[in-house]
Amino acid sequence: MIFKRMLARVWALLLMLMVVAQTVFAQGKTVTGKVTDGKDGSPIPNASVTIKGTNLGTTTDATGSFRITVENNNAILVISSVGFGSTEITVGSQSDLSVNLTATQGNLNEVVVVGYGTQRKRDLTGAVATISAKDFVKGAIQSPEQLIAGKVAGVQITPNSGAAGSGSRIRIRGGASLNASNDPLVVIDGVPVDNGNALNLINPNDIESFTLLKDPSAAAIYGSRASNGVIIIVTKKGRKGKVKLSFGAQAFVQQPVKRVDILTADELRNVINTRPGLASLQPFLGKSNTDWQDEIYRNALGQDYNLSVSGAIADGKLPFRLSGGFLNQDGILRTDNFKRYSGALSLTPKLFKDQLKVELNLKLARTNSTDPDFGAIGNAVSFDPTQPIKSNSVRYGGYYEWLDGAGYPATNSNRNPIALLNMRDHERIGNRFIGNIQFDYAFPFIKGLRANLNLGYEYANEYGTFKKSDSAAAAYSRTTKGGYNNRSYLERNNKLYDVYLNYVRDLGANKNSRVDFTVGHGTQEVGYYNFNFQGRSYDGTPQGQPPAFLSSNSDDKNGDNGDMLISYYGRLNFTLANKYVFTFNGRADGSSRFSKDNRWGYFPSAAFAWRVNEENFLKDSKVISDLKVRVGYGVTGQKDIPRLYGYLPVYNQSNTSGLYQLGNTFYTRLGPVEYDPDLKWETTENINAAIEFGFADNRITGIIEAFSRKTRDLINTIPIPLGANFANSLLTNVGNIESKGFEFTFNVVPVRNRNAQWDLGFNVTYANPKITKLLINDNPNFQGNLRTTIPGSINKLAQIDAVGNRPGSFYMLQQVYDKNNQPIEGLFEDINRDGIISDLDRRVFKPSEAPLFLGFTTNFSYKKFTAGVLMRGSVGNYVFNTVAMQLGVQNQFKIGTGIQNAHSSYLETGFVAKQELSDYYIQNASFLRLDNINFGYDAGQIAKNVNLRITANIQNVFVITKYKGIDPEINGGMDSQIYPRPRTYVLGINLDF
Amino acid sequence: MKHIIFKLFTVLLLGSVITSCHKRLDKFPANTLTAADAYKDEAGYKQVLARVYGSMVLTSQNAPATGGSGNGDVKGVDEGFSDFFRNFWTAQDLTTDMAKWKWADPGLYDMQFNKWDAGNPLVEGLYGRCQLVITFANEFLRESTPEKLSSRGISGAAASNINQMRPEVKFIRAYQYWALLDLFGNPGFTTEEEQIGKFNPKRITRAELFTFIENQLKEVETSLPAPRSNEYGRADKAAAWSLLARLYLNASVYTGTQRNTDAVTYSKKVIDAGYSLLGDYRWLFLADNHLNNPEAIWTLNYDGFKSKSYGGATFIINGTSNGSALVEINGLGGWGAMRATEKIPSLFPDQTGAIDKRSQWYTTGQTLGMDDYFDYAQGLPTTKFRNRTRSGGFGNDPTREFSDIDIPLFRLAEMYLIYAEAVKRGGAGGTEAQAVSYLNLLRQRAYMNNSGNIVTYDLDFILNERARELYWEGFRRTDLIRYDRYAEGTYLWPWKGGVKNGTAFGLHRKLLPIPSNQLAVNPNLKQNPGY
Repeated sequence: MIFKRMLARVWALLLMLMVVAQTVFAQGKTVTGKVTDGKDGSPIPNASVTIKGTNLGTTTDATGSFRITVENNNAILVISSVGFGSTEITVGSQSDLSVNLTATQGNLNEVVVVGYGTQRKRDLTGAVATISAKDFVKGAIQSPEQLIAGKVAGVQITPNSGAAGSGSRIRIRGGASLNASNDPLVVIDGVPVDNGNALNLINPNDIESFTLLKDPSAAAIYGSRASNGVIIIVTKKGRKGKVKLSFGAQAFVQQPVKRVDILTADELRNVINTRPGLASLQPFLGKSNTDWQDEIYRNALGQDYNLSVSGAIADGKLPFRLSGGFLNQDGILRTDNFKRYSGALSLTPKLFKDQLKVELNLKLARTNSTDPDFGAIGNAVSFDPTQPIKSNSVRYGGYYEWLDGAGYPATNSNRNPIALLNMRDHERIGNRFIGNIQFDYAFPFIKGLRANLNLGYEYANEYGTFKKSDSAAAAYSRTTKGGYNNRSYLERNNKLYDVYLNYVRDLGANKNSRVDFTVGHGTQEVGYYNFNFQGRSYDGTPQGQPPAFLSSNSDDKNGDNGDMLISYYGRLNFTLANKYVFTFNGRADGSSRFSKDNRWGYFPSAAFAWRVNEENFLKDSKVISDLKVRVGYGVTGQKDIPRLYGYLPVYNQSNTSGLYQLGNTFYTRLGPVEYDPDLKWETTENINAAIEFGFADNRITGIIEAFSRKTRDLINTIPIPLGANFANSLLTNVGNIESKGFEFTFNVVPVRNRNAQWDLGFNVTYANPKITKLLINDNPNFQGNLRTTIPGSINKLAQIDAVGNRPGSFYMLQQVYDKNNQPIEGLFEDINRDGIISDLDRRVFKPSEAPLFLGFTTNFSYKKFTAGVLMRGSVGNYVFNTVAMQLGVQNQFKIGTGIQNAHSSYLETGFVAKQELSDYYIQNASFLRLDNINFGYDAGQIAKNVNLRITANIQNVFVITKYKGIDPEINGGMDSQIYPRPRTYVLGINLDF
Repeated sequence: MKHIIFKLFTVLLLGSVITSCHKRLDKFPANTLTAADAYKDEAGYKQVLARVYGSMVLTSQNAPATGGSGNGDVKGVDEGFSDFFRNFWTAQDLTTDMAKWKWADPGLYDMQFNKWDAGNPLVEGLYGRCQLVITFANEFLRESTPEKLSSRGISGAAASNINQMRPEVKFIRAYQYWALLDLFGNPGFTTEEEQIGKFNPKRITRAELFTFIENQLKEVETSLPAPRSNEYGRADKAAAWSLLARLYLNASVYTGTQRNTDAVTYSKKVIDAGYSLLGDYRWLFLADNHLNNPEAIWTLNYDGFKSKSYGGATFIINGTSNGSALVEINGLGGWGAMRATEKIPSLFPDQTGAIDKRSQWYTTGQTLGMDDYFDYAQGLPTTKFRNRTRSGGFGNDPTREFSDIDIPLFRLAEMYLIYAEAVKRGGAGGTEAQAVSYLNLLRQRAYMNNSGNIVTYDLDFILNERARELYWEGFRRTDLIRYDRYAEGTYLWPWKGGVKNGTAFGLHRKLLPIPSNQLAVNPNLKQNPGY
C-alpha cells in the first residue's frame, strides 16, 4: 500500500519536472567536449561533468564525449571520473572542449559493492569480480545473467534452452552441493531474492553492475547461503546533473540453425521397402514429403524497447531514474512467445546536509508466456515424413493422425506435431514486484560511524491457464469428456529487514592505515502459497476426484509454507600501511529448516592480502604496476535443501484417489513421513590463494587463482536401512565433496591511443568436484546412487553419484565393437566376468559436466566505431545422445500403429532394439562457441540535443564440436529433444536526449 | 532534527535485536499435520490405521503414480510396480508356470526367467514394501500404548476402540513378516521397541522369525474380534487362524519340522467359523466382489475411483488384456503383456470353462503353447479377473483404467485345500473322508453339479487342484517349493530358467536375495547363500 501511494506521488513529481526541465534548459550556451585519459588519450566514458556551484551536470558517453548547456561563458565545469583526479575548466569562449584527466595512482578510491556495504577495491582480500555496464555482453539479451556469460573466470552460465524467455543455469566454480541447490545466492539492490528464475524478471537494461563473490572469504558474510557463491546486482541510479532521456530499440531475428538428423521421406520409403522385417509396414507408407522440423520451426522476430529518464530534480537534491521496458519475443518453435513489461524507479536523495542518504528502488515486471507444446520437437523428429500435415477428415482438427481400426487415435502412436502446437493454448502470466528502501545515516558525533537500515519486500505470483481442445488427438477420450481446461496459481513473498553499523577510520601518522568495521542483524522470511485446482475437461466438466485442500477460487490461500532466517554478522577490514590487509567475516544464521538443536550455524572467514607493489622495492617500478598476493580461508553453508521441514515428524494426508476402505467408509489415510531429526547445514570449507598482477601501467593485467573446497555433511538423499525410518531413503547429512581448481584471468590492451583502443580478455577455469564419501557406513561394494532417468525408458537411470567421481557421471555398459569399429548390437564387456551382462557390469564412464571451461573476449574501437567478439567453450564434458539412442533403431519404425521415423544413426549401426545403457551414445561434447559478434557506430548529434548510436549483433554464430547431436551445451548432459538455440541477428539504436 | 534521527536509529538498532524473537524460526508446514494433530482423537487413529492397511494397496499417499523414482513409498523403484500384491504376485506367479510377461520392464525378464540377482528392482520393491508396512505398523503400536492415549487425554470408548486396533496391526505385521519369511528367509527385523532414526536393524534367521510370527498370531488370536464380526477389510480371529494354518502347512520348508497337525487344527477352526463358498466361482473376482461374499476372510480393498494403484487386479487385468474384444470382457485394458503358459490351462478338462467353470481363458486368436514369450498371441490370457459387476455393468473408474476388484489374501477355499493336504501329509485331528467332502464342495461349485466329484485323492491331486482353484492369486511359488518342483528339474514349464522348453535353476533361488542396496547400508544383514 505504502509503495503504491509513493509511486503515485513520484509520478506526479516527474511530470512536473519534465515541464520545468524544458523551460530551464531552453536558454544559455551549449558546449560539447571530449574527456580523455591524459596518459594515452583514450576516451573516458561515464565521467561526470557538472557546472560548479549548481547541481546541474551530465556524464560522458562511450566515446568520452559530452554535451552540456551553461548559462554563460563564466561557467566552470567540474570534470571527474572514478579512478581519475578531477579538473575544473572555465568555459570562456570555447564551444568544443578537450579535457585530459590524470589517473589517480592505482585507482585508489575505486569502491566495490560487497555484502552489506562497499569496500575499496585495493582493500579486497577475496575473489571478487565486478562487471559493469560497459563490459556487458551486447545484443538481444533477455535474461540478465547472459550479460556476463563467458566474461568471468570461475562462472559458468549455460542457457537452459532456446525457448523464448528461458533462463540459464549459473554455476560458480562447479557447485559445492549434491542434492541441495547449486545455484548461487542472488542479491538485487541489497535484497537476497529467492532462487530459481530470480533473474528473468529483471530488465537487463536496468542493471548497472554485477559483483560476484566467488570464495568464502568474500562470501562468508552471507553465511548459510553462500556456498555456491553470491551474485550482487546493482541497478542503475539517477546521477546529479541534467535530466537525460534515453531511448533504446532493438529488433532481432532468430533463425533455427541445426536439425536433428533423421531419415528423409525418400530414405524412409527406401528402408521400409527394402530392409527385412519391415514389410508389414509398407501399407502405411504415404506419398507426401513432409519435413516436420521445417514445419514446426520458423524465423522468429523480436523487439525490445527501453526508455529511461534520469537526473536530479528539486535543485539536484533528488536524483532519480525512471525506466520502462517492453520485450516481445517469438520463439523459433511456432506459437512460442514471451513478453515482458518492466518498470523501475530509483530515488536517491541525501538529506540533512548529506547525513542521511535514502535509496528507494522499485521494480515491477509482468511476463506473459505462451508455452508451446515442447513435445512437438520430439514428434517432428519421429512423425512419419511420408504423411501430409492435413488429412481430409473433419475430425482431430483436420490434422493427419494415426488411427486404430475404429477410427480413434491409436494408443501407442505418436501425434501430429503441428496439431500439438496449434490445438493447444497454454498461457502463464507472472507478476513480480521487488522494492526496498535503504536509509544510511552518518552519525554526527562520531566521525566515520554510519547506520544502515534496509527494508525490502518482494512479491511474485503466476497464473496459468492450460487448454487443449477435446477434438485434439493428443487429448481425445473415448469414455469421458476429452481435452482439458486447467488452471494453476502460485504465490510467493519475501520480507527483508536488515540493519548494520559501519565504522571507518584512517589511522597512523600518514593516514595510510585504516580500520573498517561492520556489524549487523537481519531477518528474512519467505512465504510460499500453494493452490490446488480440480482438473477439468475442455468443456469445463470436473474430472476425477477433487484434490485435497481444493481451492475453488484463487483468493483462498490455503497453504502458507514459510522459510525464516535470522542472522547476525560482522566484518572487520584492517589495512596496515597501505600494504597489508586483513579481513575477518563472521555470520550466525538461524534457519527454520532445522530443529532447535541444529538451527544455528556459524560461518567465519579470514583473509590476508599483501599489496607487494606498495613495497619500496617495487613502488617505482616501471614494469610492474600492480602486484597483490592474497590468501583466504572461510566456512560457508547451504540451507537450500529440497524439503522445507525435513527435520520435523509430520503426517501427510492421502489424496482423494488414495483413500482406503474399512467397513463401508473410505478413509483419508494419515501417514508418517520419513524425517531426520538431526538434519543440519551443509558446510563448505574453502581455501583460496591468488596473485593479481599488472604490467606496463596495467596494460597487461591478470589474476591467477587457486582454490580448494571441501563440502561436509552433504545434504543428500541416500538409501537407509529399511525398518529404521518411513522410507528406504532419507534426506540427511552424509558424504563429502572435494573440489580443487584454478582460475586464470588475463587482460591485455595492445592498443590505446586517442583514436583507437583494443582490449583482449581471456579466462579459463578448472573446477572438478569429486565425491569422497557417500554413505553413513562406508562400504566398498556400494556402487553409488543412481540418478537421471533415461528418456523413453521405464525407470532406467543413466548417471551415478559414486565415490571418487564427479557427481552425475555416466554409468554405462561398455560397448563391444567389431573389426570395422562398428558397435555390435547387444554385446557388452562382461566386466565382472560372471558370464551374464547385468547392472553389475556397468562402470562409471565419463563426466556430464565440464571440468575446464573458458571465455575469450576482444573489443576494438576506432573513433566512432566499436566492434567486439565473445567466445565461450568447455573441455572434457560428455553428453548422452539419447535422441540417437532412442530413435536410431529399427524397432522405432513399428512402435505404434503406422510408422515412426528413425534417427539417421540407424543407417550406421543397423541396431534393431534400443541400447539404453551403451556407452556408444556418450559423446564428447567439448565445444567452442562464437557466441557474439557486435558492431557499434556512434553517429553523434543527429538533431539538436539528440545523439544517436547504432548497434548490430550476431549471436550464436557457430559452434565447433565433435558432438553429433544438435547442441553440445546441455545442462546435466542428457540430450533429449532439446529446444535448439537459434542464431540471432540484432539491429539496435540508442537515442540520448 | 538530527537528534530525532539519531534516536530513531538507536531505537531501531536495539529494538531489532530484542524484538526479533528467535521463536519466529518455529515454522510448521501448511496442509500437513504433526504427530500431535494426527493422534488427537479416535478418528485420527482410524486414519492412521487406514494408512497401515492401505499401504498394501496404495503405492503412496498421492495415488496413483507410475514411472520415475519419485514419491512412491518405496523409493528408487517404479512406483507403479510397488504395490504389495503386484510385487508379491510377480515373485509368486510370474517366476512359475502361471504366467509370462511380454515387455522388458526393469528387472522383469530376470524374474520370469529365474535369473534375478540382488540388484533386481522388483526384488528390492517387494522387500521394501513388506518392511515399510511393518514400519508403519510399528509406529502405530508405539503411538497407541495406554500411556500415549492417556497423555493425549483419550479415554473411555475412544481409548478402548483404539486399543482394539492394536491386535489387528500386530496381525498385519505378522502377515508381512510371513511374506518375508517365505520369500527372503532371513530379513532385517524391527518391532515397536525401536525408535525412528538412522540405526541398523538386526537380522533375524528364518527359524527365529517363524517363532516370532507364531507367537504374535497366538497372542492376537485371543484379542482379535470374532470371525466375521469386524468391519469389512479389517482382520479378525479367522484371519489369524488362516495365516497360522498356512504357516504350519509350510513349516517344514521354513524350519525343517512338519507341523501338519497344527495346520489341520487351524484350517478347521476357520472352516467351522461360519464361512461358505460363493455361489459361482466366476463371481469371485468381479468389480463388486466386496458385496455378498461369504467366502472372503481377509481382503485388500481396491476401488477404481477412490483407491487407485497400478497393482492389485488393475495390473492383472491390464496386463492380461489386449484388443477391444477382451478389453470389453475384462472391463479394462490393455497392456497386452501377460498370458499363462500351457501348464495351467492344461490342468482343466477344457480351456473354455464348459465343464470346469474355473477354466476361464481367452482363446480367440491365441495359441496354447508359448514358443515366443514376446508374441502376445502365444499363451492364454485369463478372464478370471473382470472389472464388471455381477449385473454386467462396468467399474467405478470412468476412464476404465483402474480396477475395483478386492483381492482376498485369505478365502475359505484355501482352508479346505490346506486341511486336505495337511491330513494327507499325516496331520492328526482330521480325516481324509472329511477332506474329500471339502474338496467336493470346491468341485461341485466348479462343475455346477456332482460330475467332478472325487472319492480319493493324493498329494499331486492337491497341488493341481490348488492350481485350478487358486491360479493367478499368488500361491504358486510357495506351493511348488513345498512339492520340491520349483527350481528342480523334476518339473519343467516353458521358459523356466529362461529356456523355451524349461530347465532347472539354482536351488538357492527358493529364497530371494536380500536386496544389494540394503546389504550395502545395513552391515547387520547377510546375503542368502548362493547369491
